[in-house]
Amino acid sequence: MTAAAAIQKAKAALALTSNYAVAYAVKAADVDVVAVYPITPQTTIVEKIAEFVDDGELNADLIHVESEHSAMSAVVGAAAAGARVFTATSSQGLELMHEVLHIASGLRLPVVMAVPARAISAPISIHGDYSDVMNTRDTGWITYIASSAQEVYDTVIQAYKVAETTLLPVMVSYDGFLMSHTTEPVELNDEEAVKRFLPRRERPNVLRPEKPITMGAFAMPDWYYEIKYQVQEALASSLKTIEEVDAEYGKAFGRSYGIIQTYRMEDADYAVIAYGGAAFGNAREAVDVARERGIRAGAIRLRVWRPFPADRLLKQLAGVKAFAVIDRAIAFGSPGGGPAFIDVATALYMGGMDVPGLSVIHGIGQRSMYVEDFVKVFEMLKDGERNKVVYMGLRL
Amino acid sequence: MIEIRFHGRGGQGMVTASQVLATAAIMEGKYAQAFPEFGPERRGAPVKAYLRIDDRPIYKREPVVEPDVVVVGDQSLFVSENPLEGIKGNGILVVNGAYKAPVKTYYVDATSLALKLLGKAIVNTAMIGAVVKATGVVGLETALAALNKYFSGKIYELNAQLVKVAFDQTKEL
Amino acid sequence: MSLPKVHEIPIGGIITEPGSSRRNLTGGWRSLKPIIHDDRCIRCRICWMYCPEGTIKETKGEFVVKGRKYQYKYEIDYNYCKGCGICAHECPTKAIEMVPEA
Repeated sequence: MTAAAAIQKAKAALALTSNYAVAYAVKAADVDVVAVYPITPQTTIVEKIAEFVDDGELNADLIHVESEHSAMSAVVGAAAAGARVFTATSSQGLELMHEVLHIASGLRLPVVMAVPARAISAPISIHGDYSDVMNTRDTGWITYIASSAQEVYDTVIQAYKVAETTLLPVMVSYDGFLMSHTTEPVELNDEEAVKRFLPRRERPNVLRPEKPITMGAFAMPDWYYEIKYQVQEALASSLKTIEEVDAEYGKAFGRSYGIIQTYRMEDADYAVIAYGGAAFGNAREAVDVARERGIRAGAIRLRVWRPFPADRLLKQLAGVKAFAVIDRAIAFGSPGGGPAFIDVATALYMGGMDVPGLSVIHGIGQRSMYVEDFVKVFEMLKDGERNKVVYMGLRL
Repeated sequence: MIEIRFHGRGGQGMVTASQVLATAAIMEGKYAQAFPEFGPERRGAPVKAYLRIDDRPIYKREPVVEPDVVVVGDQSLFVSENPLEGIKGNGILVVNGAYKAPVKTYYVDATSLALKLLGKAIVNTAMIGAVVKATGVVGLETALAALNKYFSGKIYELNAQLVKVAFDQTKEL
Repeated sequence: MSLPKVHEIPIGGIITEPGSSRRNLTGGWRSLKPIIHDDRCIRCRICWMYCPEGTIKETKGEFVVKGRKYQYKYEIDYNYCKGCGICAHECPTKAIEMVPEA
């Protein structure tokens, strides 16, 4: 897109926070049931949705629940009955609904949830990092991590199609505060076109009185394993669906993102792998600065965290001398420092590749991340720093 | 890219001021990014907000460290904070009330104007008028249209008037 | 018996056929068998309420036992009774006796 075309395009945009972008996407997706329970920094999502419902712009049942555990349970129930559902939470709320996250994936229900990512107590923090999202790693949810309010809007709409195709729950996460409360341009789609993109399809196996089925039954050791393997297999094959839906969305609405996003990786010697708006946005700027300083730098963004896009990532790492992963969460007691680094290292091992890397922890509890920090990471890689965990921005 | 940093006190509406100006920039077809330095919101506590405006998509999401423009809604912040920290050599200060600073400075008596027109010392809308006058970063008409997306009815009318009066009265020191 | 493989099982562990547990005859699990002595039964219905498997069958009709008239009779569905003995334990008149399976 030329700069002039970009300016032209943005003219139709609204000024929205990522949280409001979610609410507009939920409205466009014509969701039936929304379970609401407030927690910072998620609250303004459901406030806006409540406004849409009150104004008659969205015909949805808004369920006020008494906890996040109930919020997830309520949308699990509604999805089991065939409804298109939505909820949102952050931090402690996501922790509290944790056990029900497994139930949503185990029952193969297309629940869609937005999570502006936030640090976890104690000590109490309302600020952003990805500790909450990373704790849901093994729950069987497809997990996106978006990097702009526009992408948040587009991804929530895509999430419904992915969820209803794969019969897996989908989480759309993004930086708490640094995106959830940041005002940016967002182009909205024609809602009729979104309805065509998300046709109502009869789902098999929903709760209907005229055709009774049993959901959530007990499974003995001779059944349980097969049913859980189905989830594992569905997640693995969902990458293809995620890619197809993204491409179809691109055709319909002119914006698509892929599964990983790369910046100046074509001839890069050193790669920084990051997720989320602030970490990747700053890393991307740092690539330009590092290149001005003579380092062939590149950046990779994990737009999809679960399922982990190992093959696509390895293709990018095949030509680099070393990489660093920026994690905005600590995998306490692990050998790798941060959760994404552990997965990148595992992907390399499983792919039979040996590329040295640095695990960089940053932005914990929203410790400020500066472009210059990421330039420093490139300089460290160039100076031969390898195979260790770097706690950036920490007073040590 | 133009980078603006707002300094105010909780309850003065500086975060909203940054959002209104971002909205105005977006309405003019530009790219913009406005976000506060977050914390549990407390009336009276020092608050910072950041605004970036560019003709191209903005990827950087760090706090504004080298602002082109610093907006100060309360002069007492010069005592407790250092609002001019990192300001560019050719940077501009837009301040509530005359304040002698080592950079090019524009001022308006926002508190008096707000008290007169709103009956409350909420200075953000006056400061929007001052920023528009001092920097021309967005047009006055667009700023008013953007304000209308945040306020409506009589509250909008009063605040729009305040923006216009502040715009007229903003002077270079 | 060979169990279905991963792709032969409905996803999500869903049981698509209602009442399929009827096929699971749990009567074979018994080592002790409850016998109702009808002459001691006062038709209080406590066994019917307590049976965890719902195997106490209530039949409506005219029943005369030792000169007393009753409108109900209670019997046990031995296809499903697991022999847990809860009914015998709860019966206030000791009308249910647990006897070894023949």
